[in-house]
Amino acid sequence: MNDRILEKLHALVPENIAGSREFRDELTVTVTVDVLVRVCEFLKTDPELAFDMLIDLTAVDMYRPEARFEVVYLLYSLKNTRYLRLKVTVEEERATVPTVTGVWPAANWHERETFDMFGIRFAGHPDLRRLYMPEEFEHHPLRKDFPLMGIPDSLPLPRR
Amino acid sequence: MGLENLQRDGFFTSRLDETIAWARKNSLWPMPMGISCCAIEMMATASPRFDISRFGSEVMRFTPRQCDVIIVAGTVTYKMSKVVRKIYDQMPDPKWVISMGACASSGGMFRSYSVVQGIDQFLPVDVFVAGCPPRPEALLHALIELQKKIQREKSTGMTMRSESLHIPEPTA
Repeated sequence: MNDRILEKLHALVPENIAGSREFRDELTVTVTVDVLVRVCEFLKTDPELAFDMLIDLTAVDMYRPEARFEVVYLLYSLKNTRYLRLKVTVEEERATVPTVTGVWPAANWHERETFDMFGIRFAGHPDLRRLYMPEEFEHHPLRKDFPLMGIPDSLPLPRR
Repeated sequence: MGLENLQRDGFFTSRLDETIAWARKNSLWPMPMGISCCAIEMMATASPRFDISRFGSEVMRFTPRQCDVIIVAGTVTYKMSKVVRKIYDQMPDPKWVISMGACASSGGMFRSYSVVQGIDQFLPVDVFVAGCPPRPEALLHALIELQKKIQREKSTGMTMRSESLHIPEPTA
């Protein structure tokens, strides 16, 4: 099945597959940002693959000079009972990824969470507000350069 | 309080402070601010097995307007701190605060950017309870300690807490 997925993706976007990896029979595919929505749309609507469920959407801070963030999409096909991990890499400077809320509405809050924690913007998101932290908070706690105990006075307490 | 006179003479004398404090400490209405697992122990404290009504404190009210003592039972995040403070501000004077458990008292195991490392940073705490979570007996002990503290308080000519405190303007 994994070979079949790769085959179909290579037929769809031959130039834009940055890498793929298989571990314990689960496939991870890295694609470039510009074809992300197209690939997602295809994976969902293709009648054979039918990745109709977005299990999770998150990011990883690799903390390196280039391609600092990886945005990870964990997809599931109810028809084939199979998982697929889709990845795109993002630079720190213009950390923007197109939204996939148009493909899976479930992505809405996941993208808000990822924006809140990593500061990655999702272009075209209908309501990109912070999910956990107060709206006036200015930092992104899951970035590797954010101190564990936070930044003093960044979260004001009520007066005693 | 000179109760032996009551049987003989039909009246007794006492100091007004003592009498008011005695009335207050035996009828503490708690505001159950249960925000984590400590709340389960707090509920157990109210159950027949531990029976907080033995100490006159069984009337848990879910509106701060009817409460004397707020029991902060659980992890207080920075985002929640404003809510806890607002509830405390809505309680009528005189009022007291019990900080129940490790999280409320010191942040507990959540040594993290999102958790307030002790609610005494924004509330005047009267009694801290150790434990994670504390046993119901520990909460009852805290209540008894608070009662001892209230018995020592002066009521006549006392400045109410909120008069000496800055009360924030309500925000729209």
